[in-house]
Amino acid sequence: MSALAHLGSTGGGAQAPGGAAPEPTKKGGFTAYLLLLPGVLWLLVFFVAPMVQLAAVSLQSQFPGYPGYYYRDVNFGSYLTAITEYLPHFGRSLLFAGAATLFAFVLAYPLAYAMAFKAGKWRGVMMICVIAPFFTSFILRTVAWRQILADEGPIASTLRFLHLLPGGHITETWVAVVAGLTYNFLPFMVLPIYASLERADPKIIEAGGDLYANGLTTFRRVTLPMSMPGVLAGTLLTFIPAAGDYVNAELLGSDTSTKMVGNVIESQFFKVLGGFPVAAALSFTLMAVILALVFLYVRRYGTEELL
Amino acid sequence: MSRFDKQPDPAMRQLASLARSSMSRRQLLGGAGAGLAALGLAACAPPAPPSGGKAAVKLPVDKSATEKTVAWANWTAYLDYDEEAKNYPTLEQFIKSSGITASYTEDIDDNDSYISKVKPQLQATPPQDINRDIITLTDWMANRVIRDQLVQPLDIIRMPNVARMLEPLKDVSFDPGRQYSITWQSGFAGIGYDKSKVGREIKSIADLWAPDLKGKVTVLSEFRDTIGLIMQSQGVDISGDFTKDQVTKAMDEITKRVADGSIRRIKGNSYMEDLKSGNAIAGIVWSGDMYILRAETENENWEFIIPDSGGTLWSDNMMIPITSTHRKNAMALMNYYYQPDVAAQVAAFVNYVCPVQGAQEEMVKIDPKLAESPLIFPTEQWIKEKKIQGFRALEPQEDADYSAMWAKVVGN
Repeated sequence: MSALAHLGSTGGGAQAPGGAAPEPTKKGGFTAYLLLLPGVLWLLVFFVAPMVQLAAVSLQSQFPGYPGYYYRDVNFGSYLTAITEYLPHFGRSLLFAGAATLFAFVLAYPLAYAMAFKAGKWRGVMMICVIAPFFTSFILRTVAWRQILADEGPIASTLRFLHLLPGGHITETWVAVVAGLTYNFLPFMVLPIYASLERADPKIIEAGGDLYANGLTTFRRVTLPMSMPGVLAGTLLTFIPAAGDYVNAELLGSDTSTKMVGNVIESQFFKVLGGFPVAAALSFTLMAVILALVFLYVRRYGTEELL
Repeated sequence: MSRFDKQPDPAMRQLASLARSSMSRRQLLGGAGAGLAALGLAACAPPAPPSGGKAAVKLPVDKSATEKTVAWANWTAYLDYDEEAKNYPTLEQFIKSSGITASYTEDIDDNDSYISKVKPQLQATPPQDINRDIITLTDWMANRVIRDQLVQPLDIIRMPNVARMLEPLKDVSFDPGRQYSITWQSGFAGIGYDKSKVGREIKSIADLWAPDLKGKVTVLSEFRDTIGLIMQSQGVDISGDFTKDQVTKAMDEITKRVADGSIRRIKGNSYMEDLKSGNAIAGIVWSGDMYILRAETENENWEFIIPDSGGTLWSDNMMIPITSTHRKNAMALMNYYYQPDVAAQVAAFVNYVCPVQGAQEEMVKIDPKLAESPLIFPTEQWIKEKKIQGFRALEPQEDADYSAMWAKVVGN
């Protein structure tokens, strides 16, 4: 998460006024604490407190004889259940989110590139097209996809006609789930990449050509590295929510072969009597896994500006 | 643009030096860990199970005499609505005749999510008012909230009309003698299908697994209905003392039918979308929905039948939450809706099973065709002939076990 916070600050390219900054004084330390206060309070109330509550719930034990009631305890059994019984769901969450991130990147990069360098007066229109889906609810758009991909809809009918639909339907398959995830998180990939490309100085890219690099080499050695902060932000903004998503798997997927961790959390929390601790343990485990993956990823691919 | 030509903001520099100064990372993490542990102990304790039996329930002081209001939480499209006047005609009549201002909200679209939302308030010490005087929940959830002492006992003597309740609903296993709950509407679960698309008559559960219907069948995510129907087809009495093995056998049947591709999806209210879009053409459905489907798709081929092995009867029940201070007003409202003419007006709109005896005669005046439908006015004999049963109220441990087993069946 902290990587994202850094991105925000580099995005503005904060230009400090020239000249020597005054040396920090003892009194200045107090100002710094004061400046930190709103942020720290916000984090305490809306992040730390719920996390502590969630951690406490994940360690609770069932009240014997009263299913659905718990007592305070330090019982790691729910974590064991979460990991052993729902391993396939974790696998699918990471796999589907990874695939969606990859597809979103492949779709988003050319789009962002065109918007930044080629669109001219159409830039505004393209920007609106990217942002417009946010004007309707996420759930409604996913339900709409269910209708578009329905058995008697245009896409499924065409594919069936071409004998490209062995199962007979698109919905209730992993293809539909990954497609839904890709669609729903595409803007989160486009916007950061666009922002970083748009900021890049075209003269530097031209210089690549002047130095006898062909188009591909210029792209690989100049344009892509300059857009890396955007790519990194885009992949994180796509992967993290996609891994925790349950709406696409619920609305577009099947009952047994495409459910993700989010679906299990929803089901354990709302539907299973006595499922609270497992739901909380699943949430924590998912968070830890994503955090570890993001950490490795940022360390491997993060530019100096980010770390 | 190198990062060296940026002059750091002085304030930022102070922040950075603060981070670097006195405290090492290890100390910081250690401190944070200790802080979290301390907070963990202070985190809200889970509510304790109810103790001391019914006598221990302390009812709030009833303010019905001075505050002439009642607030009712119900499901969507579950009360007669006048599109032009933008109000509920029967509710307006009640307000006029009783002088009690009734407010009606369509708060509930799922038993689990509604109760998850209000339960922490109802279980707090002292309970926090949820600002509702009547809540409407399905049998099995009514079973849980009565067991958890989240609702108030009713004074049947104040509700003379309730004596007209249909006989099969009077004594239910989750609330013997109807001490806490009054039926709002009931319905059946059975088989729904498109006659023209299926091309033949469906009579039994086994007919749903025909090879040509593979992947075109939807079943309800409400396990008491889906598993209930399967258990009935396996010869089990779902209103009696069935065993865990019998439930497991029915769950296995659904698991098998999902795995072999017969069942397309296990769904809640949204199964109607699949029937409309053609993703499914048959399935285990609720009776009232087929009327809605006929009207919405302008297709008279949608058929609802009770399979030859039997169907389930479920109800949604009005109850007074433990925090309500308008108990008497709430009971006046419940009593009002058991007047046959009022019940008939509601039934003409919602098309579910009307729980009030005598409403059928009133319905003849409104819509003689509906008055003849056994799906709205079933006779006791019809219910017996069709082998329709209510799913027995589960014991707490069964309730927990079966909900976990069902979650596995649906892939969670």
